[in-house]
Amino acid sequence: MTQLWDFSGGVHPAEHKQLSTGRPIRTAGIPSQLVLPLQQHIGEPAEPLVSLGDHVLKGQKIADVSHGMGVPVHAPTSGIVASIGDYPVPHPSGMADKCIVLKPDGKDEWCERYPLSDYRKLDRNEVLGIIHSAGVAGMGGAGFPTDIKLKPSRDRKVDTLILNGAECEPYITADDMTMRERADKVVDGLKVMAWILRPERCVIGIEDNKPEAAAALREATQGTKIEIAVIPTKYPSGGEKQLIRILTGMEVPSGGIPADIGVMCQNVGTAVAVAQAVFEGTPLIRRVVTLTGAALETPGNFDVLLGTPVQYLLDQAGLQPDDVSRLILGGPMMGYTLTTTAVPVIKTSNCIIAATASELPAPPPEQACIRCGQCAEACPMELLPQQLFWYAKAEEFEKAEHLNLFDCIECGACSYVCPSSIPLVQYYRYAKGEIRLQRAEQLKADRARERFEARQQRLEREQLEKDQRRKERAKAAAEAQAKKKADAEKAAANGEAVDERGARSALVEQALARKKASTNAARIQPADKPEAATLPEPAPEEPDIEALEKQLTQAQTKLETMQAMLEDAKAQQADNLDKLERAVAKNHDRVKRAQDALTEARRMLAPQPEARSETQPIK
Amino acid sequence: MAFVQQSSPHAHNARPTSKVMLWVILAALPGLLAQTLFFGWGNLINVVWCIAIALASEAAILKLRSKPVAFFLRDNTAAVTGLLLGLSLPQFAPWWVSAVAVVSAIVVAKQLYGGLGSNPFNPAMVGYALVLISFPVAMTTNWAEPALLWGNAPGFGDTLTAIASGQQTAVDGWTMATPLDEYKHKIATHTAAEVLVHPTFGEGFARGWEWVNAAFLAGGILLICLRIITWHIPVAVLGGLVAMSLAFGSNADQYAPLSLHLLAGGTMLGAFFIATDPVSAATSHQGKLIYGAGIGVLIYLIRSWGNYPDAVAFSVLLMNFAVPFIDHYTPPRTYGHHKAHRGLSGRGRS
Ligand code: SF4
Ligand code: SF4
Repeated sequence: MTQLWDFSGGVHPAEHKQLSTGRPIRTAGIPSQLVLPLQQHIGEPAEPLVSLGDHVLKGQKIADVSHGMGVPVHAPTSGIVASIGDYPVPHPSGMADKCIVLKPDGKDEWCERYPLSDYRKLDRNEVLGIIHSAGVAGMGGAGFPTDIKLKPSRDRKVDTLILNGAECEPYITADDMTMRERADKVVDGLKVMAWILRPERCVIGIEDNKPEAAAALREATQGTKIEIAVIPTKYPSGGEKQLIRILTGMEVPSGGIPADIGVMCQNVGTAVAVAQAVFEGTPLIRRVVTLTGAALETPGNFDVLLGTPVQYLLDQAGLQPDDVSRLILGGPMMGYTLTTTAVPVIKTSNCIIAATASELPAPPPEQACIRCGQCAEACPMELLPQQLFWYAKAEEFEKAEHLNLFDCIECGACSYVCPSSIPLVQYYRYAKGEIRLQRAEQLKADRARERFEARQQRLEREQLEKDQRRKERAKAAAEAQAKKKADAEKAAANGEAVDERGARSALVEQALARKKASTNAARIQPADKPEAATLPEPAPEEPDIEALEKQLTQAQTKLETMQAMLEDAKAQQADNLDKLERAVAKNHDRVKRAQDALTEARRMLAPQPEARSETQPIK
Repeated sequence: MAFVQQSSPHAHNARPTSKVMLWVILAALPGLLAQTLFFGWGNLINVVWCIAIALASEAAILKLRSKPVAFFLRDNTAAVTGLLLGLSLPQFAPWWVSAVAVVSAIVVAKQLYGGLGSNPFNPAMVGYALVLISFPVAMTTNWAEPALLWGNAPGFGDTLTAIASGQQTAVDGWTMATPLDEYKHKIATHTAAEVLVHPTFGEGFARGWEWVNAAFLAGGILLICLRIITWHIPVAVLGGLVAMSLAFGSNADQYAPLSLHLLAGGTMLGAFFIATDPVSAATSHQGKLIYGAGIGVLIYLIRSWGNYPDAVAFSVLLMNFAVPFIDHYTPPRTYGHHKAHRGLSGRGRS
């Protein structure tokens, strides 16, 4: 028996799961058009590899990510690229984003596939490469690219690999049905991931309201060391942090990731996608989606091609257009409402709820908080939701942050229980957004200030140097003047003792001395530049400038490469980040030095012709 | 199709405030029943009268503040304030004393602070303390003698007349002091055995009061079972009281015994129904324990060395003062953090 821990808080919303578990998973078929957003996960959007009118085969890569974090997009069926442009995508804001629209030709013709029977013969990185090029991204939450997640840095060994089959949100049964019907695939995928990570413990966490799924997995894992942990039903036990707490008793440090404590969570659907990528050579082009809600005649789970419009699915599940009042993508606790049924299913879509008005009635109007503390009782993160609400409402964001606003997982448990029907989560989202905005602005302002200060410093330094040179010039001139005067006095003194002729020769001598002195002065003028003083000719300077210029471009290119490397490393969360950061900083300095040297040299050259033009007439 | 746009969560299962308050009222009924059985009709009449005044004054002030009257009246919080006052005031308290208590509770302590959720002090206790200070005679001389309703207690008509009449005429079954009062004043010159012969003490407990307290205890446990209140505050109140009583009051010839502290006066009503008012109590579990224990300790201190025989109102009000302070220093530790952020200084994240 696996030891289980409890997490504090949590709620027990009505499950409504039986609505969609009555039928086996159905294949949704091919709709008349597929809309494939280029960004289906966090990270960089993919770049299209096809153009309008191209014919593509099923499973063909149609968009890829050239730099940064991301996974490619594949054609879910064979057909023609009908359009590349902005279409509504699944997003809480109801925004439009770049999509490739595919017109299926109905032949459903596969491109070449390379199934692997024995992945163990390959290098681990090659298997990760297969998972990457199959476009596998987390199918539970944010859709983090799976190959990157499966590659934690060396100092963070994963001891426990958890497969998240808790599926704690009401209504959703996609993972449940997947585990029931495709337990072997789930286990296959888990085995591949375990082979890559070599954890000491593999455990599948399932809530105890899914006995069939647990039984199917028990059978599929017979003879393996994989544990099946049946956990009590309580929302949000499927939250990554909560599930880790339940199964290991450990907590993910605030601001950290599970790998920090040697744990990794993967979703059940992701395991299936990994298995398909490795053993069948098929990229991620379909997923199981729950269609449920009282406004559907035949709710259930569908095996859906990515890019299938929601409307098509609703029709298949027998939508009663007159009954539906609220359309939710995701679960009732954390999902968001849709404004249009034109949005497509993407890698992270797990559930569509077509709810009637009586099923999910509008909440009563917001009342004053009575400090009843129900929200704190329910909060799985042990926050003080009521205080957070207070500070968010008063726009005292610093205080909200101090009470760990950013640890809120937006699970909605607090809003769910609030007797005053305060939309607490909405306030937290607002506060988080405002704080992020302020931070970004602060960063921008800081950058601008730094730039300004650097410029100010440079100007001051230049001014100082100019003053210095002027002073030295003045000093030299004064010395020459004094010498001239002294010579003249000496000559005058001598003159008293000589005759007229002698006096005349003295005058000649004086004139000569004057001339000499002024020539000297002209020579001394640029005295602060030793080489300029000794080498009045500019010729030898020229090659130096060229060299400096070359140096600068070299340094700049180097800096650019280092920066690109850093960017990549950041995206992949590599462990040599700080080393790269140091290298970038060093190269920054090098560029700056080269630049400074160059400007210095240029400036040195510029005033010299002037100095020469002053001296020449005297010569 | 136009779809409802709503932010998550889309499901709600809140017990609305009105229902919570309704449960509080229901849970107080056994106590009210016991009061009626053992002390006559007084509390029942008071409760009805106080609730009526509470609703009327709440409606009036909401109207003055141009707030939706019906919407707020339906949250039942005013009714609870009236109920609590009706349960705590002396059985024969004159009608205008009750009215002053209720009106000041609703108008001053609640609405002038901004209405539901904004009041730092427990409204009912503000009202109680106000009339206790303003009309000490009326508040200490109108207690009923414990007598079974079906025995020789004053009838409904007599009680009503006593409450409603301007000049109070003593009816049979009137007593001057509550058991705690009695004990405190007599123990200075008598031994415990001598004090306890007074009819108000029955079998060593406060006669009648023990049943009333037991009934409020039962109602309180119901509230805990229904998760309307948590156990922290009541347990801490009783714990504080017991601890003080064991530490200082072991000699029954000097101070009232533990049994009297627990079962006479408004102990259980205070611990389960008054101190647990969420608006004016501390919020975190740790904070609730501190808050409750503070009330328990204060009840003992005021009863034993203060001027007032029953001390629930003042103890609750004093601890209400401390709530912001307690809340400030007792935030819970958040998941994934080593320790809680105490206070609000600095922005370091642990
Ligand atoms: S549940 Fe609602 S009313 Fe109760 S303390 Fe939390 S925010 Fe306030
Ligand atoms: S939404 Fe945030 S504050 Fe509310 S219960 Fe969930 S984690 Fe706690």
